[in-house]
Amino acid sequence: MPLLSADKLTKSFGGLTAVSDASMDIEKGELVGLIGPNGAGKTTFFNILTGVYAPTSGSIKLEVDGTVKDITGFKPYNITKSGVARTFQNIRLFKDLTVLDNIRIAMHQNIKYSLPSAFLRSNNFYYEEERLVKEAEELLDIFNLTDKKNELAKNLPYGEQRHLEIVRAMATRPVLLLLDEPAAGMNPMETDNLTKTIAKIREEFNLTILLIEHDMSLVMKICQRIYVLDYGTMIAEGSPSEIKNSKRVIEAYLGEDVRYA
Amino acid sequence: MNSMKVINKKNILILIVIIVFYAVAQALINNGTINNFYEITLATICINIILAVSLNLVTGFTGQFSLGHAGFMSIGAYVGALINMEMNSTSGFLAGILAGAAAAAIVGILIGIPTLRLKGDYLAIATLGMAEIIRVVFLNMDDITNGAAGLNGIPRFTNWMWLFIFTALTIILINNFVHSSYGRACISIREDEIAAESMGVNTTMYKVMAFAIGAFFAGIAGALYSSYFYFIKPSIFGFMKSIDILVIVVFGGMGSITGSVIAAVVLAVLTTFLQSYSELRMIIYALLLIVIMIFRPQGLMGTKEITDLFKIVKKNEKNQ
Repeated sequence: MPLLSADKLTKSFGGLTAVSDASMDIEKGELVGLIGPNGAGKTTFFNILTGVYAPTSGSIKLEVDGTVKDITGFKPYNITKSGVARTFQNIRLFKDLTVLDNIRIAMHQNIKYSLPSAFLRSNNFYYEEERLVKEAEELLDIFNLTDKKNELAKNLPYGEQRHLEIVRAMATRPVLLLLDEPAAGMNPMETDNLTKTIAKIREEFNLTILLIEHDMSLVMKICQRIYVLDYGTMIAEGSPSEIKNSKRVIEAYLGEDVRYA
Repeated sequence: MNSMKVINKKNILILIVIIVFYAVAQALINNGTINNFYEITLATICINIILAVSLNLVTGFTGQFSLGHAGFMSIGAYVGALINMEMNSTSGFLAGILAGAAAAAIVGILIGIPTLRLKGDYLAIATLGMAEIIRVVFLNMDDITNGAAGLNGIPRFTNWMWLFIFTALTIILINNFVHSSYGRACISIREDEIAAESMGVNTTMYKVMAFAIGAFFAGIAGALYSSYFYFIKPSIFGFMKSIDILVIVVFGGMGSITGSVIAAVVLAVLTTFLQSYSELRMIIYALLLIVIMIFRPQGLMGTKEITDLFKIVKKNEKNQ
């Protein structure tokens, strides 16, 4: 049984079918890539998986603690609670809050003090808040962001903002991490850095990762398996070398080989 | 490990400041420096602080633009007044405050669930409509509320002590909430609703929660008001009252409790001193607001709190 299995997902907006009959299976511990030309429906597919859109048809199943759970049509916060976290293509940090607060908000779903003790500041409140800060700092340490914990998120350099988005997603304690174009807008050095970070968190947290990416060198280097989406349908699936040599994929990116008479 | 965290230096300091502040004001009332006329200003300040701080939770911290805060205030005022008139005792007065606040919170939840799906201007219009509906309901429940003529002869139990206790409680409780994980969840909605939802925050629930808590404290303010001024009628709690509260919040800074407190004090004092120039009063008041909005669009305090000041001082000490 795969960790996540999306079965024949379809999403139509009025007359436009952005994603049609797209299926995907992700095994535990895998690093899977999702590629495709611009407008192929990659982000829409992501948004269905994370509950931003409810699929027109199809189903999504997730294995949670050994049992299979149907998460089709769940609200985003419920999907996050079930163990799927995401980042955004256009950075969506809480810009005017500190780095630490960004992380602490993602940890909110796991806090163990009640609303009354928040109002009255019971001892439990102080202990839990201390634990939250400690755990947030541990996460920030991995990404070398600890000394920036009191900076506003908007004041971080671009590459670090991208990193912070990943840390924030990690703070929800996911089993599956979805990264939407994590290397977008990065220079080669920053991309290199990111590659290392992804490998590191995957190992340390025993994570399963699905990433959308345009940077082919990154995808080919780190992904074990790749899905290719074109005009809303999955046209290919396989290892990086299989994908590189797939005629369908080359056609999708470069156009068909047309011979004129 | 198991020491009492609640009893720390900071909390003791706050308690001392609160007690000193109360005692000084009480002494000034006793020796007549604060006469009856200024006492009304004092009461207005306290009630406005409760209203502004609670609206700030909804509008400033959670980012939900509400134009209906006076509606919740009126629920507290009427429920409080009716119980107060019936029982005519201090316990009746306190029961009225609690019942009024609870009634306002319940209405807040009932109204919040459908309206808080709306955003920005649409939500503002919906909350405006809601407050109008509440007002019209009170206007037409002749048997209980005496219609447009209003309720007269409400026993006066609200005094400086009760005003102070409830104002301090409101500030402390809402400040605690805002600086807890629940409060941060609310703030994340203001910052980016989609991201908040993706980080596991049930945005609808937290919006309704903020709305209900805001309504609860507005209800307290209403009940205090009714028992201070003897008399309430529906037109007191109209659209203009909601705007007055919103002005305090914007003037002080959306997302700053300190700002709301300062603005409530400044505006009430200003109104009192301008009373002798009645024809110029509204012009000066309006000009001041315009000037503030031009030079400090984020309000007096922005999102800063007075406690941030201590943090900066500490930081500088460390650096030296």
